[in-house]
Amino acid sequence: MTTYLLRRFALGLCVLIVSMLLLFVLIYAVPGDPASIALGPRASEAQKAFFREQMGLDQPLAMQAASFLWNLLHGDFGTDILSQRPVADLVFAALPRTVTLAVVGVIWAAAIGTPLGIWAALRPNTFIDWLIGVISTSVVALPAFLMAIYALILFAVMLNWFPAIGAGEPGDLLDQLHHLALPAFAIGVAWVGYIARLVRVSMLETLAQPHVRTYRSFGVSDLRIALRYVLPIAVVPVISVLGVGIGNLLSGAVLVEVVFSRPGLGSLAYDAVLSRNFPVLLGAVVVTTGLYVLANFLADALIAYLDPRLAEKG
Amino acid sequence: MTDQTAAAPRALKAERYATLRRLLGTPTGAIASLVVAAFVIAALAAPWVAPYDPNAIDPINRMQGPSAAHWLGTDQLGRDLLSRIVFGTRTALYIALTGTGAALGVGMAMGMIAGLGGKILDSALVLLNDSIKSLPLVLFALALVTIYGASVPALIVIIAISMAPGYFRVVRNQVLVLNNADFIVAAQSMGASRIRLAATHMLPNLIGPILVLIAMDIPAVIGIESGLSFLGQGIQPPQSSWGNMLSEGYTYVRQAPHIAIAAGLPIVLSTIAFTFLGETLRDALDPRRAVRT
Repeated sequence: MTTYLLRRFALGLCVLIVSMLLLFVLIYAVPGDPASIALGPRASEAQKAFFREQMGLDQPLAMQAASFLWNLLHGDFGTDILSQRPVADLVFAALPRTVTLAVVGVIWAAAIGTPLGIWAALRPNTFIDWLIGVISTSVVALPAFLMAIYALILFAVMLNWFPAIGAGEPGDLLDQLHHLALPAFAIGVAWVGYIARLVRVSMLETLAQPHVRTYRSFGVSDLRIALRYVLPIAVVPVISVLGVGIGNLLSGAVLVEVVFSRPGLGSLAYDAVLSRNFPVLLGAVVVTTGLYVLANFLADALIAYLDPRLAEKG
Repeated sequence: MTDQTAAAPRALKAERYATLRRLLGTPTGAIASLVVAAFVIAALAAPWVAPYDPNAIDPINRMQGPSAAHWLGTDQLGRDLLSRIVFGTRTALYIALTGTGAALGVGMAMGMIAGLGGKILDSALVLLNDSIKSLPLVLFALALVTIYGASVPALIVIIAISMAPGYFRVVRNQVLVLNNADFIVAAQSMGASRIRLAATHMLPNLIGPILVLIAMDIPAVIGIESGLSFLGQGIQPPQSSWGNMLSEGYTYVRQAPHIAIAAGLPIVLSTIAFTFLGETLRDALDPRRAVRT
């Protein structure tokens, strides 16, 4: 188990390094002076000089890549062109808001999607199975930001049930939850379908195994078998998919934040695009990539704990 | 012997016909195919299908709700929303097809090299693709757009990079399985070169899974394009795109919510249709799967 986790961790670190190198190549490949292009017309000569130094643009290519990597892995993303604050501060201040939004979105989606998937799996090839299948497949590819706009029109503009913009008064939890409802709804819609489908397939596979037949022959009720014995096994692939899906989830959250003018990583990045504040964007990309790698590692660890057979297989 | 060789092409033809029949035989598959066909026709015949010039400004009739003259209403400049959606279909499908096409090219090349090229190359490419997958798509796209500028080629490059790992995985896994298949070993023993193996024996076996993946990826690409255009970083006005229309509708969401609602409709319809097409195509190409699950 320890070897498995160590190997997974090392792999995650490799993935992080290679993706940073990929970013470096894409930035370096831009024609012209990377510093002027990345920082835009507003940047002063001193800032450009700092960027050149930070990226090591005056050094040999390999050294440049190494120092770029070294700085990023240390959490040194440079300074914000406009406020002169370290980018890391801005990004880490915005991150918890975005993560909260994403997590709440997935939790409500799992709370609806899991029972739907179980229900469909317990009644395979019936009308209800078909209906759940059609609904889940329909919502699975809907872009979160579009759901956000529709939810905003229906619930905020027309019905006026929920506020349209902002994240609520700081300190007022109820107000914050009120502001969180629509964005979290928008993010979760596609995940309801995704989770329902995954749980259904995974449940069906587990239900077909011999030990389930043994429970049945002992007279255990179908529902009890499903919830007590099958679900804990069937949920394993769902966790691994959630780990991989965190990237998608955060991308959705970024756009949804812009729709609802919520402070967070998305709004930060969007403002950075408008003001050509490249260091902020780079910081946001790097931190989110790190989060993805971390989430995948945690998912692997959780799976290894839930199903040690997988860890032994490697 | 002669009987058998004559029967083979006929069996293949019957198999293809059966796939098509299975595709259109389910209600969801048939409806999805129809909707996708309607979008393709709208894109190809946009000037004839659209009731108005998509860029014709009519200030007197601006922000009008749906009516007999303008089925989906007009936008803030009085342009006909339905016509703009029809022309936006061209943009959406163009980006979707070139984007997935480029991703397919990049992913397939990497997958073939990984599958046929030996262990070190394989591990390196797997790591590269895992790394691409770890980049947050929207933020990554925004970062690239900031340096390279927002343009159609930039959009296609972003889509090609971020979608390539899906094709890489399918092609690589299939090649690894086929490497040990009897007919490949037989071809090898008869002296077929690696390139010949890849082109004549492996590619035909990849068409099915790749078609399914393309159908599944198109909704994702439509989502990315409209999302970036919504942020003003994708397709640039005046070219009509569903995302641009959404962005304009969002600006006037209180005065004229019908603009944003109308602009979202083609996105909802096309993503659902392509997803169902992909699902049905997968079941149709692999009937065992449809029965089992």
